[in-house]
Amino acid sequence: MDAVFENLPLLLEAFGGTLSLLALSSIGALVLGVLVAAMRISPAPPLRIFATAYTELLRNTPLTLVLFFCATLLPYLQFFPGYFPLAVLGLTLYTSPFVAEAVRSGINGVAVGQAEASRSIGLTFGQSLTLIILPQAVRMVVPPMINVFIALTKNTSVAGAFFVFELFAAGRTLANARGDAVIAILLGVAFFYLLVTVPLGILAGRIEKAVAVAR
Amino acid sequence: MISSIVGAAAILALLTWLVITLASERTTAAGAQLPGLFDPSRWDIFNDVAVWRTIGQGTLNTLAMAAVAAVLALIIGVLFSFGRTARRRAVRIPTTVLLEFLRGMPVLLMMLFVLLVFSTGTYWAGVTALAVYNGAIIGEALRAGIQSLPAGQREAGLAIGLTPLSTRFLIEFPQAFRQMLPIIVAQLVVLLKDTSLAYIVGYTELLRTGKNLESFFGNRYAFSFFFIVLAIYLALNFALSWVARRLASRSPGGQTTRRVARAAIGENADTTVIALPRDADRPRDERHPPGR
Repeated sequence: MDAVFENLPLLLEAFGGTLSLLALSSIGALVLGVLVAAMRISPAPPLRIFATAYTELLRNTPLTLVLFFCATLLPYLQFFPGYFPLAVLGLTLYTSPFVAEAVRSGINGVAVGQAEASRSIGLTFGQSLTLIILPQAVRMVVPPMINVFIALTKNTSVAGAFFVFELFAAGRTLANARGDAVIAILLGVAFFYLLVTVPLGILAGRIEKAVAVAR
Repeated sequence: MISSIVGAAAILALLTWLVITLASERTTAAGAQLPGLFDPSRWDIFNDVAVWRTIGQGTLNTLAMAAVAAVLALIIGVLFSFGRTARRRAVRIPTTVLLEFLRGMPVLLMMLFVLLVFSTGTYWAGVTALAVYNGAIIGEALRAGIQSLPAGQREAGLAIGLTPLSTRFLIEFPQAFRQMLPIIVAQLVVLLKDTSLAYIVGYTELLRTGKNLESFFGNRYAFSFFFIVLAIYLALNFALSWVARRLASRSPGGQTTRRVARAAIGENADTTVIALPRDADRPRDERHPPGR
């Protein structure tokens, strides 16, 4: 156990790395995901087809492959802003289809009469989306969205294998350095992950209950 | 109409730019001229049968890990669901704590844990971590299925003299399994994707095979091997997803039940932790006040 307390500054720094990966990737994934979701439900077929293809392709690609591409192959194409930005890019790309699916399921949960009514009073697609549909969809979108962010928290561990300093990388280094206290170190690392995922899970459960009553 | 044309034009422009960038020649920092990505010199390696045999072996390794982990995950899921729906708190509470712990940890961390603590070798580390993690999720899905069954099923089982455990095993569990089958198969798709994490602990699954081939044959083939590996992964996942979708459209049982279960496991989110509504923690019989 003393191995964990000796290395606490290192673990905290790694935790900071994980949190910054999480923050930046979630913002990027939100933006990209909402964009793709909007394209998916748009009345223009080319946008719909593109968004569907994008979603299906990225959902069925393992995260390791996406990060492998970003961290190892993009530098060959002379695109190298640093390993941390590349990891953020990879995580954003991977998480965006899940955000898009969550948003789309929320939008589909809004009664179709709302869209029909808004179109019949003359609002354009963009107006009806932003003024009528999205505000109602947000309530149903939030619990799956929190699930997506919980998954993203756990997925940042994969970035640790691609030259980013975060909890998994720190855990691997420490476990190799202190072979006698492997269990303690790995439990310490797991504790930091649980520190984020368990409260988020409880929050999602509470919101789910609050929203379900109103359905 | 106009947005259709504009959208199509924008997307075509984006794709064309992508293809042209990939196909153009590039100059390395040392000044050498390298051919574009679609140049035949980058793809001639695939005339070699040994390359395809190695790739096939990598695919088989991936499938081997996924299949064994899937079977173990199902067994562990059944055990977890029994533990979660047990009458005795002494069984239920530790199971819940254990489940929340396992679902909150990244799979990769679990693989590393098993690898370093039990020295099992990369294959069993990957299989164990995948089985335990997905078993926890499948256990949650089964629990949601069992608790959504009409109370009459359990009451009838108890009334004809079966023990509570037998009722659960012979009557409730088969129905729950059949109802939750689409969700469970969807979780198995995620399991197949997660076998790629074994790349990081060093197991020679498909991605590691591709990387080894690239190291052996040279940098020139990096993109080619990556594309082939990606194509194989996509083919495997699409096939399994198609099976899951066929099952979902043909399964009997309520859409409501599956919606609840999907919410319980966070299906859209590529597996995650979600705390269940507190009411679901208590066994069905305790929920009604006595003397109702």
